[in-house]
Amino acid sequence: MSTIPITPDPADEPWVLPDRGTIGMACLIIAESAIFVIFVVAYIFYMGQGLGGPTPKQVLELPIFTTICLLSSSLTLHWAVVGLRKSKIGAFNAWLAATVVLGAIFLIGTGMEWYHLIYVDGLTIQTNLFGTTFYSLVGLHATHVIVGLLMLIAALIFGLTGHVDEKHAHRMDVLSLYWHFVDAVWVIVFTVVYVLGR
Amino acid sequence: MFVLSITAVIFVIVAGLLTYALIRYRHRNLLTYNEPTQIYGSNQIELAWTVIPALIVVMLFLTASRVILATQDAKKPTDAVDVVVVGHQFWWEYRYPKLGIVTANELHVPVSDPAHPTPTYLEMSSADLDHSFWVPRLAGKMDLIPNRVNTMWIDPEAPGLYLGQCAQYCGVQHAKMLLRVYADSPKEFAAWVAQQQKPAVEDPAVAEGRAAFLRNACVNCHTISGTPANGRFGPDLTHLASRDTIASGAVENNPTNLKQWIDNPDSLKPGSLMPAMHLNDHDLNAITAYLTTLH
Amino acid sequence: MADSVSGLSSVEAIDLTPVEKPRQLFLEVLYDWVTTVDHKKIGLMYIAYSLIFLVIGGIEAIVMRIQLAVPHNTFVSPQVFNRMFTLHGTTMVFFVGMPILFGFGNYLVPLMIGARDMAFPRLNAFSFWISAFGGFLLYYSFIGGSGLYGAGSAPDVGWFAYAPLTARVFSPGHSTDYWTLSILLSGIGSIGTALNIVATVICMRCPGMKLNRMPLLAWLYLVTSSMVFIAVSPLTAAQIMLMLDRYVGSHFFDAQAGGSAILWMHFFWIFGHPEVYILVLPAFAFANEIIPVFSRKAIFGYPAMVAASVGIGFISLSVWAHHMFAVGMGAGANVFFVFSTMIISVPTGIKIFNWLATIWGGKIRFASPMLFSVGFLFQFLVAGLTGIMLSVAPFDWQLTGSYFVVAHFHYVLVGAILFMIFAAFYYWFPKATGRMMSERLGKWHFWLMVIGFHLTFDFMHIPGLLGMPRRIYTYEPGRGWEIWNLLVSIGAVIQAIATLIFVYNLVHSYYKGEKAGNDPWDAWTLEWSTASPPPSYNFATTPIVHSRRPLWDIKHPEDPDWNYE
Ligand code: HEA
Ligand code: HEA
Ligand code: HEC
Ligand code: CUA
Ligand SMILES: [Cu+2]
Repeated sequence: MSTIPITPDPADEPWVLPDRGTIGMACLIIAESAIFVIFVVAYIFYMGQGLGGPTPKQVLELPIFTTICLLSSSLTLHWAVVGLRKSKIGAFNAWLAATVVLGAIFLIGTGMEWYHLIYVDGLTIQTNLFGTTFYSLVGLHATHVIVGLLMLIAALIFGLTGHVDEKHAHRMDVLSLYWHFVDAVWVIVFTVVYVLGR
Repeated sequence: MFVLSITAVIFVIVAGLLTYALIRYRHRNLLTYNEPTQIYGSNQIELAWTVIPALIVVMLFLTASRVILATQDAKKPTDAVDVVVVGHQFWWEYRYPKLGIVTANELHVPVSDPAHPTPTYLEMSSADLDHSFWVPRLAGKMDLIPNRVNTMWIDPEAPGLYLGQCAQYCGVQHAKMLLRVYADSPKEFAAWVAQQQKPAVEDPAVAEGRAAFLRNACVNCHTISGTPANGRFGPDLTHLASRDTIASGAVENNPTNLKQWIDNPDSLKPGSLMPAMHLNDHDLNAITAYLTTLH
Repeated sequence: MADSVSGLSSVEAIDLTPVEKPRQLFLEVLYDWVTTVDHKKIGLMYIAYSLIFLVIGGIEAIVMRIQLAVPHNTFVSPQVFNRMFTLHGTTMVFFVGMPILFGFGNYLVPLMIGARDMAFPRLNAFSFWISAFGGFLLYYSFIGGSGLYGAGSAPDVGWFAYAPLTARVFSPGHSTDYWTLSILLSGIGSIGTALNIVATVICMRCPGMKLNRMPLLAWLYLVTSSMVFIAVSPLTAAQIMLMLDRYVGSHFFDAQAGGSAILWMHFFWIFGHPEVYILVLPAFAFANEIIPVFSRKAIFGYPAMVAASVGIGFISLSVWAHHMFAVGMGAGANVFFVFSTMIISVPTGIKIFNWLATIWGGKIRFASPMLFSVGFLFQFLVAGLTGIMLSVAPFDWQLTGSYFVVAHFHYVLVGAILFMIFAAFYYWFPKATGRMMSERLGKWHFWLMVIGFHLTFDFMHIPGLLGMPRRIYTYEPGRGWEIWNLLVSIGAVIQAIATLIFVYNLVHSYYKGEKAGNDPWDAWTLEWSTASPPPSYNFATTPIVHSRRPLWDIKHPEDPDWNYE
């Protein structure tokens, strides 16, 4: 038998609670940030401590173009969600596709950078401490970009096949939180690796 | 000790109150049951038991910091003895750079007279993994860590043998990485130094053993000064016979143990990094005989 | 006992007696459990899983104690001994402590906040199975871990696996890989469950359950879970680095290439210290629920308790290097960590004193849950005070890495956490199964456990003070350690007997126990308002609460709690 009175108390204000999707994503972001912090700390700790080259100064170039692509993809994703909320599925698809393209350009950029580093400069993860920390930090970030990109592509496919409407705007919000986070991390990685690290 | 007494007092007070409450308020009479008065809190009391522990903490903290600063920032006297300590998997290497001595496992230091202290400064690092130097009656621990030099000092005031052992887990035989520190009177210490500085004894009676030693792989890992043997992976054996124990304090240094050790180190110290050399009986006896002459 | 709430039948109520299900085939039952996303079933699976590991970890402890009972013992080889303490420590922390606490959290949090399930039921099942897989992987190393000569089977690097012992050169073979992988997986599981609990507490509360009306248990789980994000993630990151080192040859912790052993220590303890509070806060949570009910008083100083928990959570993030006083940090760093460590005793003290004040003036019923809680109070007090001694760095230079530390942390892990886990079993068993656990066996269990515990862990302090380091598989006679080690070993056997009684009691009471009814303890939180065991939807109608103790309000309409908040 239940023993809870079921008559609501009229004095109580309406009962609204935060959305669980947003909270869940926020928690995930906190946890992920902690992981990134550790990798960044390792990078800073070993900065300039490698025994033998190549050093960051010799081989790293500023990836300005890809950085601009990645950061602007945050904007395009934002517009995509705005479009979705207004039920403009066409705009949503277009902006989302733009986001995917920009993210892909970033990844290709990273891939080319790595190719150059490995085959031209002879820097691998085994070469020295710089290689170790560089590839793991940038690689960790790139993995996140890949994951984000896969989810965006999935959303895009749903969008193109007509399975998305403004009821899903909220889910896209949560997803875009993740994407913004990945972008924000890049700002830090960029500062530490390409600015301070050189 | 100060910390001990403070914590003991706290324990007595809190545990006392708790016991009192438990006995006084245990529920006896099941029949005349009614709920006790509900109390939800009290700001004054709660403030009190926040502030009082905070004060105790500050007091403990100040005492602790004073000791930390006194130990870590102590000035090094000019006539301190310097020793370089290198931790190896399951044995200790000691080098006296100013005196030109290299030895292993048994550390000799001069007794330090409080009026005229001659502390020993240990510069510590490791050849492989983390170890920790711990002789409880001489000082606290200090870790030996690869790529890093830590320092500590000891100044034993009474002569004698101080026992200790490695206190940071370092693999299979962490348990038998024992430490022996001999605090010698100044005269004994001087004699010990003089003797260690000599090159290895060359006794013609054991020339055969010496040849067998040099013929075998022993030379790759061990040094005996004055001979071609200059390996650094294992302990320096130049003055092996002057030591009371072998294999980092694992067993007493006598011919039987020595022979068993050379024959099969694992039987005395399973997992030690010296391989069994599979010598024939003749070589084994000869080498043992040779090593026992290395005073 | 069940009549004590009979006065309530006048309240408008709904009959929740579950429909009797037809008997199912074994395979159907199994399928049911494996595919379930019900928070109660997942909670129970977590608990059962960690009980199994408790027994395994306990057997490992017994092996160690037999080996150490007398000097120069040859019961096991050094290699086996080293594997035993590595597995014991790893198992107890990652596969007993964490899952059992998450198990209780899973079971209780939704019930206590009046929710029907966790926020993300499928994530919940995923987290459980991935942690479970981690545990199996650790033990699979016995079979799969063989490698080169001397590499042995199970990992033998110690539970904090200091670098560079874990590098390929020093740990050939695969045993260490199993260790990192299993920790990595269980870490992912923990983060998933923690995320779930936070989202549940924040987003699933029933109407009226404002943050300041939540049961303290929900608060503490909120704090613990939030700490998991910040504490377990660094461990995950460090394990990724270690795997990269071992598999693709990077040099994070490789001393030969300039890598640093100290970096691992920092990363491990940035996780390791908050971890011990992650383990202890749920134990506090149980105490917060049990002590008031058995003293028949409301918890003393609810706001202070919440503040203290949050405070402990924050402070504990800044104290990690007190495990590293002997690595040769500068005096400044040492002083800082002494201070941050000590300051934790202030919020912890508040908790102790508030429990004391809750008991004060109450009417105490010494049923098994309360007995264990009382044991917890005394033992946690001692453990905390030895912790304070260790936090005084000069003292710690002597005692770190010695059996004094082992005694300190078992005092907390066993004397506080395990005791509260037992208390929680006695307290919530009736809710989960509908039957009471035997009080008589409970008393036996309690007293044997207390005797065994004190025999083991009181006397363990002494060899530590006499210079006995930890993690040694044998020792020389003549340094005054023999007698203490023998007593310690005897105590461990008594603990094993006590634990066996407990396990028997669980099984026996499950089938034969006295029927419990909905509210056997005459308690005040929401989980006691539904049937025992609760139906899969928990509450037929979503409850609405008006104070911290909704059932008190119903039982005492003349003097409800909301008058005092
Ligand atoms: C749940 C587990 C748990 C908990 C709660 C604690 C709580 C504490 N621990 Fe412990 N600890 C461990 C588990 C735990 N510990 C483990 C597992 C290790 C070893 C890991 C390993 O090396 O393998 C360890 C090791 C450890 C060390 C390192 C030892 C070493 O290796 O050198 C230190 C040093 O400072 C320490 C300190 C403390 C302190 C100060 C507290 C404080 O939180 C205690 C606070 C409580 C009180 C103080 C009592 C109540 C307060 C009052 C009654 C108020 C009045 C008191 C005062 C004003 C002092 N612990
Ligand atoms: C939650 C955590 C937890 C718990 C509950 C325990 C419980 C126990 N621990 Fe453990 N311990 C640790 C966490 C824990 N420990 C950690 C983290 C370490 C450090 C590891 C490292 O250094 O890397 C450690 C290390 C450690 C050591 C030090 C090893 C060393 O440094 O050399 C010892 C030695 O005595 C020990 C003993 C015990 C004993 C006797 C118990 C007892 O309380 C256990 C009682 C329970 C049982 C005995 C189970 C019941 C058994 C049965 C029902 C089966 C009975 C059947 C048979 C015996 C066949 N533990
Ligand atoms: C692969 C390297 C290696 C070889 C070859 C080797 N040793 Fe050793 N030896 C060691 C190591 C390492 C130790 C220290 C073991 C320990 O204490 O754990 C040691 C210790 C010793 C000791 C004890 C020293 C002391 O101070 O305690 C003696 C004596 C000894 N070796 C003799 C020999 C002889 C004789 C041979 C050749 C027949 C030999 N060793 C070959 C590595 C080697
Ligand atoms: Cu060297 Cu332990
Ligand atoms: Cu700690």
